[in-house]
Amino acid sequence: MPPRSRLHVPSPPARPGQEPDFSYVQISPAGAVARPDVTARARDIEDLALQMVRVLGDDHRAVGPWNPHLEPEELQVGLRHMLLTRLFDDRMQKIQRQGRISFYIKSTGEEAVAVAAGMALTPRDMLFPSYRQQGLQVVRGRNLVDLMCQCLSNTRDMCKGRQMPIMYHWGSGNIFSISGNLATQFPQAVGWAMAAAIKGEDHIAASWIGEGSSAEADFHYAMNFAAVYQAPVILNLVNNQWAISTFQGFAGGEHNTFAQRGPGYGIPGIRVDGNDFLAVYAVTQWAAQRARQSGGPTLIEHVTYRAAAHSTSDDPSRYRPKEEWRAWPLGDPVERLKDHLIALGEWTQERHTALEKDLEAHVTACWKEAETYGTLSGGPSLDPLTMFEDIFKEMPPNLARERDEMRALRAAAQASGQSAAPRAHEG
Amino acid sequence: MARMNMVQALNSAMDVMLERDPRVVVLGEDVGFFGGVFRATEGLQRKYGEHRVLDTPIAEGGIIGAAIGMGANGLKPIAEIQFADYIYPGFDQIVSELARLRYRSAGEFAAPVTIRTPCGGGIRGGQTHSQSPEALFAHVCGIKVVMPSNPYDAKGLLISAIEGEDPVVFFEPKRIYNGPFDGDPHKPATPWSSHPRGEVPEGHFTVPLGRAEVVREGRDVSVLAYGTMVHVAEAAVRMAGVDAEIVDVRSIAPLDLDTLCTSVCKTGRCVVIHEATRFGGYGAELVASVQEQCFWNLEAPILRVAGWDTPYPHAFEWDYFPGPHRVAAALKSVMEAK
Ligand SMILES: Cc1ncc(C[n+]2csc(CCOP(=O)(O)OP(=O)(O)O)c2C)c(N)n1
Repeated sequence: MPPRSRLHVPSPPARPGQEPDFSYVQISPAGAVARPDVTARARDIEDLALQMVRVLGDDHRAVGPWNPHLEPEELQVGLRHMLLTRLFDDRMQKIQRQGRISFYIKSTGEEAVAVAAGMALTPRDMLFPSYRQQGLQVVRGRNLVDLMCQCLSNTRDMCKGRQMPIMYHWGSGNIFSISGNLATQFPQAVGWAMAAAIKGEDHIAASWIGEGSSAEADFHYAMNFAAVYQAPVILNLVNNQWAISTFQGFAGGEHNTFAQRGPGYGIPGIRVDGNDFLAVYAVTQWAAQRARQSGGPTLIEHVTYRAAAHSTSDDPSRYRPKEEWRAWPLGDPVERLKDHLIALGEWTQERHTALEKDLEAHVTACWKEAETYGTLSGGPSLDPLTMFEDIFKEMPPNLARERDEMRALRAAAQASGQSAAPRAHEG
Repeated sequence: MARMNMVQALNSAMDVMLERDPRVVVLGEDVGFFGGVFRATEGLQRKYGEHRVLDTPIAEGGIIGAAIGMGANGLKPIAEIQFADYIYPGFDQIVSELARLRYRSAGEFAAPVTIRTPCGGGIRGGQTHSQSPEALFAHVCGIKVVMPSNPYDAKGLLISAIEGEDPVVFFEPKRIYNGPFDGDPHKPATPWSSHPRGEVPEGHFTVPLGRAEVVREGRDVSVLAYGTMVHVAEAAVRMAGVDAEIVDVRSIAPLDLDTLCTSVCKTGRCVVIHEATRFGGYGAELVASVQEQCFWNLEAPILRVAGWDTPYPHAFEWDYFPGPHRVAAALKSVMEAK
């Protein structure tokens, strides 16, 4: 037979009903990867893209050159942020299940990727997250009530009812507006960083993208622009193994690591254990320092696992083994940091349980308050006429006409006793 | 005949075509193993294999570009774009390449690609899961644009699109995937099984592209609608108590102007409705084309009822949606005009 080409179709190691198999995940021992100087040339540190930076060992001790040597108090803050993020997610999911918000996305199992990275940056660094880094909001001290009100589209919603739940933004907290369109934030973060460099500022930008979304052209635009202009930006690629139903092989992860794309563009690529709080902190710190001293961008691949469903609209049992997350070799970021603190003698199970209870109570109190600003079924609600605002800085005549038309329609409807439009989320 | 909802009808169309024509392939995000986020491709990969029903990387520009290459190389690709709101990364490939390949190569190359994509609001999807961008595509010479309003048409039109030699953007109003929706979210949902157009032949049949259909005959006023809005029009006509003729445009490009103008010249009045934003919307094309032929028969200015010129707001879905009250008001207003 003459040679013929044959289409290769990636297939994940396990589907529902099969044994989970993570043997494809190459893991370096904790402490094994060298930490180069932040001024190293990208081409001299290409092996960082193949190994995996890890600090926390199986004995829960921090080891090796990447150990950021954080004070126990800082570690406790990190633990608290991750735990709060998780409990917030759990609560919002429950609330969605009760039909009290329309949609939700959890970050369960990936909290370190946002929390540790967020803590390693300064509050003035600009963040361009995807929809799965609520931990950044927590790190920056956002009132959970604000996040809840956004999910409720109520009178205190920062988006004025215009966005689906979780599409937050926070100007004064230096967190950019989250888009529902994948990958768009990546080149925008680069542009923001370029502007910082043009203006000679000392803060940097950081963005997060899912491994699935890194197939979009926007990812590649970002990489090339960042490399060309040596923009002060940290490009985080969150490889949580799944993009809805497609495993990371469909984004190109079968043949190379995602971090290896960095060197291809002349950018350092670092592959890190994304569930190791200390390792994520350390590589972010390294990349931030490099960016701040005109060393340019860094691509960081966070190897983690999406332990929850993609969103409240998703049922992962249709495409992956139900208990796959239990087999994930890099464990759970919250548990690992907790065990580390206990090993240090700086934490106990009792304190942990007490903290959990406190945070639960805090989340409950926040939800109670959020509801007073309006819910889907009652209480105060936004004025629909505001939908015509903020399209332009000044409202043009066609929109003003439409707004007046709607006002008249609503008045007529009220006069005739029918509701012109049912409340926001019924039906 | 079988009872099908719209998703099942679309699935059946692809099934029929994968079976009949080895050149047909399906590709898109989550369409393979999972069967698509709306389940339109459910079971197809199991039946036809991973080489004919392909999961793809998340890259709409890549999906369309690859589909063009496949189409030019003898296949008949059906590309799914998960939401019409996410078609824009593929816009350049559609507008600059897919639509013009035949023309610029003087007929030597062409790519018979069908692009399926769910559109429209009413599912609490906010501005990134609710858009109706048909006008953006109708404006491009070289692609056909279709939007069915019921399962029967969905299957027949999709088969025509796949069998044709030209590229088609096939919009699927997701709000009516499971049942007709007349614009009143308070009412319990009705399933397609209780609708005559939920009766769909199991095998091969076609509904030709380029033909509108009169779905309700009437004498007083013509309502030109497509997609979900056909059902809203029916409710509005009942509400306004007028003897209206409802024309389901179905094929946005090419447009069946004859059917439309025959109706409008007969009734002498016309209301054009769509869910998409009004300014520069497809309704403007309908109004302009109809008045060119029917001007001397018109008793009143043609009115448009459309989505407001804003992004689709999450909280105000039903204030935004051009529901039956607004359509009924327009019907009364054209009836009153002297
Ligand atoms: C441009 C675009 N295409 C498709 C979608 C639909 N979509 C939303 S999330 C998602 C999967 C993203 O996976 P990944 O980037 O790996 O991030 P993860 O959800 O795993 O965090 C898809 C396909 C979208 N939102 N935007």
